Amino acid sequence: MKKGYFGAFGGQFVPELLMPPLLELEEAMERILPSREFQDELKSELAHFVGRPTALTFCPNLSRDLGIRLWLKREDLAHGGAHKVNNTIGQALLCKKLGKTRLLAETGAGQHGVATALAAARFGLDCVIYMGALDVERQSLNVRRMKLFGAEVVAVESGTKTLKDAINAALRAWIAEQQTTHYCFGTAAGPHPFPLLVRELQAVISREARVQMLAQAGALPDYVVACVGGGSNAIGAFHEFVPDASVKLVGVEAAGSGQPGDWHSAPLSKQGSPGVLHGMHTQLIQTPDGQILPSHSIAPGLDYPGVGPEHAAYQASGRAQYVSVTDDVALDAFVTLSRHEGIMPALESSHALGWVLKTAKDMQPGSNVVVCLSGRGDKDLDIVNDYLAKKA
Amino acid sequence: MSTNILTKRIAAARAKGRLGLIPFLPAGYPDKNRFWDEIDALDESGADIIEIGMPFSDPVADGPVVEHASLKCLDAGVNLSWILSELAARKGRYKAGLVLMGYLNPVLQYGLERFGRDASSAGVHGVILADVPFEESGPIRAAFDPCGLVLIPLVGLNTTPGRMALYAREGRGFVYFVSVLGTTGVRSAFDTGLPETIRTGLAAAKAAFDIPVALGFGLKHPDQLKALDGLVDAAVFGSALIRHIDAGGDSKGFMQVWK
Repeated sequence: MKKGYFGAFGGQFVPELLMPPLLELEEAMERILPSREFQDELKSELAHFVGRPTALTFCPNLSRDLGIRLWLKREDLAHGGAHKVNNTIGQALLCKKLGKTRLLAETGAGQHGVATALAAARFGLDCVIYMGALDVERQSLNVRRMKLFGAEVVAVESGTKTLKDAINAALRAWIAEQQTTHYCFGTAAGPHPFPLLVRELQAVISREARVQMLAQAGALPDYVVACVGGGSNAIGAFHEFVPDASVKLVGVEAAGSGQPGDWHSAPLSKQGSPGVLHGMHTQLIQTPDGQILPSHSIAPGLDYPGVGPEHAAYQASGRAQYVSVTDDVALDAFVTLSRHEGIMPALESSHALGWVLKTAKDMQPGSNVVVCLSGRGDKDLDIVNDYLAKKA
Repeated sequence: MSTNILTKRIAAARAKGRLGLIPFLPAGYPDKNRFWDEIDALDESGADIIEIGMPFSDPVADGPVVEHASLKCLDAGVNLSWILSELAARKGRYKAGLVLMGYLNPVLQYGLERFGRDASSAGVHGVILADVPFEESGPIRAAFDPCGLVLIPLVGLNTTPGRMALYAREGRGFVYFVSVLGTTGVRSAFDTGLPETIRTGLAAAKAAFDIPVALGFGLKHPDQLKALDGLVDAAVFGSALIRHIDAGGDSKGFMQVWK
């Protein structure tokens, strides 16, 4: 297979000016990442700073109601409140080894920005976060958290003023700052080697979950279900289970309002087509002329018109299945899990859970279903309160 | 192999003792009608090659001036079908060489082979795709080559001699040398004196390529051209022309200042 490709998807579609830092990163990834020294340091950080392994929690009440065995992989318990930190700690370590002194990153909802900022603080690195101006407004709490960790937050005023344009701005900034700065890409997408690097750093989710399932359930899961925006928590939750043919892998995208004509964030399961954006060949939401369309989801972390190339390849090969649920289904799942299990999921993770709540009736009774609970829901309380107020 | 027409246009300018002049304007800017008047004016005012921008929603190699202009053109309904059919209707009208510059995705959706055919028969000589490095260029060259359409390489201050050699092997027309580690139009690459880094980079490009070297990104005022004498063969003006038009000027006036 061609370097940097997953089947027909992936690649390095960037200006030549970005090839030297990408080649440098690729070389560092191959040389440093597998080294004993790096792995020991990473393992120690994950244990003592991030708080890994995260729990695998059985849900007794929902399992009884649904007639399945529902398990949650608790990435909401990772430091920072989401899986994002698995990636940023690894990349911050790599940044140090590269001799660079500064992290730059894009962020949509602000979760990756927060995770990058706290990793920068821990490792004594400077940090600048690019965030769409609209997101800066919508996610002011996360902006304050980033600043508290010492990051500079740049509001991106161009284009749609959301994640898509924050990535454009971060790529532009990296061209100018490549000598001192590592681009800490937030999801398993973008130009090679980012999809591979982020997958390697997030695979800890499924490495732990596989061992935990065998120990706690005495069996492999029948389903592993995760939400997909760019797809980093999903690729991390899937990776170790890929060779286990009996394990069904389900990626849940955001269908938005579900109303005809409204934007969504589901290039795999609704109406995407292959194209090139942000350095990768993948499935995109675009016009027939190849212009990228705005996306929408009530979950800010899923609000992206593309998807990581490995997911596009898993869909093409049939190894994973991609579906979508609407804003309402996710909001109901948010409330249901809080009410019945005492766990408040992020709106992103609520999409994965919502699909399970909806689909459990079609599953073999007693199926073991693992949902990757990618983050905690505190950040989403305003959105959920508005929804409940409207519904009442 | 016969010399590419873009190479010839720049050589002709050099023979007259000046740099080749390559203005850039996004297709449909400042509006869909006036754009073609501006292209006529550029051609009549001595442009050796005219670069027409193919607007894209996510132009990562461009700064705010070109991005803003491109998005305005997209809003006005500019797409590749419009650009190519309007060019086809004007085929044979221009003395200047014609280059289309943009990003891969719109071209990919149009269809690589179909684009190669239609662009070539509309009188286009070359294409610059800002997000296609050497590693991804194979299928594109394979689609364009049979139509005689050339893919123009783009290199910069951080391009190693090894990578320049890769591009030199396949490069046709001219090579676009990016004079700043940055995006288009963000800042002046240099004042009247040329920094050593650019001088060294240009020397490396001149040594690596046997096609003309055009310098672009960061050219703001005509005095900069003097500093380039003997180091490059041509100069590209993008953001500066857009700014000139935004300030109420036209292409003819712009070219008179730079020529």
